[in-house]
This record gives sequence, structure tokens and C-alpha cells, in this order.
Amino acid sequence: MIRLQNICKTFDDAGGKVEALKNITLDIGDGEIYGIIGMSGAGKSTLVRCINMLERPTEGEVVIDGVEMSKLSPAELRKKRRDITMIFQGFNLLMQKNCLKNVCFPMEISGMPKDKAKTRAMELLELVGLPDKALAYPAQLSGGQQQRVAIARALATEPKVLLCDEATSALDPNTTHQILELIKDINKKTGITVVVITHQMSVVEEICTHVAILDNGEVVESGTVGSVFSSPKSNAAKRLVFPSGEDEEVSNPENEKRLRVVFNGAKAASAPLISQMAIDKGILVNIVAASTRSIGDSTYGSMLLGIPGGDEEVKAVKEYLESVANISAEEV
Amino acid sequence: MDNIFTPETLKVIQNEIPLAVWDTLYVTILSTLFAFVIGLPLGVLLVVGEKDGVRPLPVWLMKTLNVIINLLRSIPFLILMVLVFPLSRLIIGTAVGTTATIVPLVVAAFPFVARLVESSLREVNPNVIEAAQSLGATPFQIITKVMIPESVPSLISNITIAITTILGYSAMSGAIGGGGLGKIAIMDGYYRFNTILMLIPVILLILIVQGFQNLGTFLATKSDKRLK
Repeated sequence: MIRLQNICKTFDDAGGKVEALKNITLDIGDGEIYGIIGMSGAGKSTLVRCINMLERPTEGEVVIDGVEMSKLSPAELRKKRRDITMIFQGFNLLMQKNCLKNVCFPMEISGMPKDKAKTRAMELLELVGLPDKALAYPAQLSGGQQQRVAIARALATEPKVLLCDEATSALDPNTTHQILELIKDINKKTGITVVVITHQMSVVEEICTHVAILDNGEVVESGTVGSVFSSPKSNAAKRLVFPSGEDEEVSNPENEKRLRVVFNGAKAASAPLISQMAIDKGILVNIVAASTRSIGDSTYGSMLLGIPGGDEEVKAVKEYLESVANISAEEV
Repeated sequence: MDNIFTPETLKVIQNEIPLAVWDTLYVTILSTLFAFVIGLPLGVLLVVGEKDGVRPLPVWLMKTLNVIINLLRSIPFLILMVLVFPLSRLIIGTAVGTTATIVPLVVAAFPFVARLVESSLREVNPNVIEAAQSLGATPFQIITKVMIPESVPSLISNITIAITTILGYSAMSGAIGGGGLGKIAIMDGYYRFNTILMLIPVILLILIVQGFQNLGTFLATKSDKRLK
């Protein structure tokens, strides 16, 4: 359990003080995949670095499993960091060491005997799908492979929390998907808590259970992915869900109800589903805005439907859509 | 041509040049080694001791260190050599001769080496250092297991620069009591108007510099795992 309580972080800049984080309070439960999303400069990277004290908050507390991080001595903090490891946008591997030695690194510095570390490192490379790259150097690998090595390295000390700082931002969509699947898989297998920092909606939609939206150093909305994305209340959340402001531009005739549908990996192509509903239920819905993408055979994203008629029709549509796995719908 | 290669000149070439080559190599390599032993930790301190470094040190200490290094680097080598005569006598027992030159060479070179090490270590990606910190590495582990190993190719390139510079200094030391190729070029060549005895050591020095440079470049490239 990670509890961030009233976190503030102020940087002294040449032009005065810059408030990077303003009074942030978040609870991240064990085993959750918690997304923190925001635009560039919203303070996401600073916030995630406050969790493992790479950045010390100016005010507030970070409590992990009952331990207040800022009260730890430097030696205790280093030991604690083995429980809260991190992966990065730039992978940050040791470029002069091969993959095996990179994965051994955290075990080596924690004083684990060499052969034991080596055995575990091989297991981890197997887990991330790169057992044949043990002796390759990072420069010989693709970005996705380097991130896999970084994940293996981060898991070496059997952490309870994995912090991902824009871990897929430098990767193409396909590789992003594979890395996210891997993280999801590890979360399922080990119950590790994952904190995902990203500016990409697709990342949150694809793996997160919970999300907090960070805007200008403040958390403007937080909760489960379904609840936040199906009815975004803040402007920042609306901007993220519909980046080009579709739902505000489109007129809202009085005789039409609005329903936001969230696809969280639903095994159905979106278009046939809506058409099928029109045939099955005889309700002709209007797609006001849609921002969905298909990854593999799953659909992620959200859609705003305009439903002519009254509450009954809305209820029928909602029931129809929610009968499909991984789809949630909410009236807005 | 006969009158250029006098029997006396040939004698110097046969008897003294081989020994002088050895003396020059021995002084240069040992001086570089000692300069590196002192310069490496200083270079590390210059980087890690900064305000945002891995292990910040008191500001007064960093300032003192910088002043000393800059001071030593600004004294002309020949003057420095005279200034450290007492130190040479203390350590080696004499201020003249081949071995005695090692002392002023080290004093002149270690601040230079410290700056070279500093620049090599600054090339290490700060994000990699941050990653090591996030994994619980101590400042000492970051220095020995991240910063230095990651900058090995750059360190080799910079040691090559240091060794060729020290070679040049060692030749200069021939003017005031040092041994080696520089001494022959100055004492037997320049002062006695013997052009051949001036040119041969210079050509040999050029060849030695070339050799060191080629070896250094080869090793730096070979050790760099980013280039595969």
C-alpha cells in the first residue's frame, strides 16, 4: 500500500519558485496497476520520483507499507529501494555491460553471491522472453528488447512495487503493446503493485485498473479507469478522453441522451457491435465521437453515443453493450 | 653525407639512442601511471562532489580542489620542474637524471589527468546513474560499478592524450637535467649544431607518439560495447 499524503514539491528556479506538485494525496492499493496520466510538464515524473525519494517532497508524506520514506536513513532508504524499483523511458541500461550483467547489477550491489545472482538473472531473462540475449550488449538490442532487460533488472530484487516512468513512450505501438502485456502478466503472476506514468491514454486504457489525472501539478480526478474515463468531469480529463474536444463541439439536441462507452480490451470490433445493436434492439444510435483503437483482437478506447429517445432506450443500450465483456457504459 | 655521419655521431646513434628510447618510454609510462593514480580519484571527486553530484562535498573543499588544479596547470613545465627540485631530491635522492624527472612530470600531469577524468565521467548518461540510485546503489558503488566502467572507452582515449602530452614534457625535461631522447636532441643535437642528432630523436618521438595514439584509439574502440 502506497499512501501519498499532501505531497508538495517546489523547485527553486532562476526566475523564482516553481510549484511542480501541489498538495497531492493518493492511495495506491497492493496489486493495483495505477496509472498517473497528464500532459508534459504536469509533474508526473516528479511525482513518481517522490515515491522512491529520488526527489524529496518539499512537504507531505510518502508512506509505503506503513514506513514513512522521508524518515529513513540513507542506508535504510537504499535498502527500501530494492522493494520499489523503476523502469524508464530511456531504458537506462549499463551500455558497457551485457544483458546478464545488467540484470545481475541490483543483486550484485545488494551483496548476493555471484553464481546465485547469475542463476536468478537467467530466470528473469527467461521470464521477459530474452534468454538468448544474455551475452548481448544493450546496443545490439532493439528498444523493446532493452526495455525487457530493464524490466528483468527491476524485478531482480523481488520488489513489491514497480514504477514505470514513461516506460513505453519511446516504443512503437506494437512494441508498446507487448511491453504492457508483459507488465500486466507479471502483475498477475506476482501481485506486484505497478505505478504507470504516461501521457498516453492508450497505455492507461490497456493495462491500468486505476488512474489519477495530473494537471499542472494537481490531481484533478482519480478512481477506477472505468469510472474516470466514462464520465470525465474535469477539463483535463475531458481533454485526455477526447483530445480534439469532440464532445464539446458537437451539439446536444434536447431529445438525445448521451452515453459514454469505454472499451477496456473488449473482444469485439466496435463498428459491427453498434450495427448489431441497431439490428437486435432497433435503436439507431448516433456516434457523436469515438476514440478507439484495436490492439490484436481487442478494442481499447471510448466512444460517445447519442441515443434518441428516453431513459428506457438508454437503459436498453447500456445493458446490451455491458453484456459484452470489458465494456462499460455510463450516461453523461 | 660522409661528413654528416661523423664517427662521433654514429657512436651516439649506436650507443646512446637505444638507451634513450628506453629511458623516454620508461619515464613516460611510469609518470602517466602515477599521474593517473593521483588524477583518477581527483577527477572522480570533481564530478561526484558537486552540488548535484552523487556524493556532494563541502563547497570550500571543491573550490580549493579546483584552485589547486588550475594553479598547477598554469605553471610552465620548465619552471615547475625547477620548483619541484627539492621534492625530487626528497623522493628520488637527486634532482637530475632520468628517474628524477618522474617527480616533476607527475606533478605537472596529475592535474591535467584529473581534468581529463572529469570530462570522461561527465559523459556518463545521468539517467543511468539515476537508475542505479533507484536500485539502491551507494555513492561508492555508483562510482566503481557505473561511472568508471561506463566511461572506460573515453578514459582510454583521454589516457592516450595524457601519455602523448607527458611524452612531450619528458623531452622538454632534457633541457635541464632530464634524460632520454629529449636530452640527446637538445644537448647533443641543438647545442652542438649537430642536425642529425637533433632530428633522429625528434623522428623517434614522432613515431612513439604515433604508436601510442594508434594503440590508444584501437583499445578505446575495441572496449566500447556501444559500437557493436
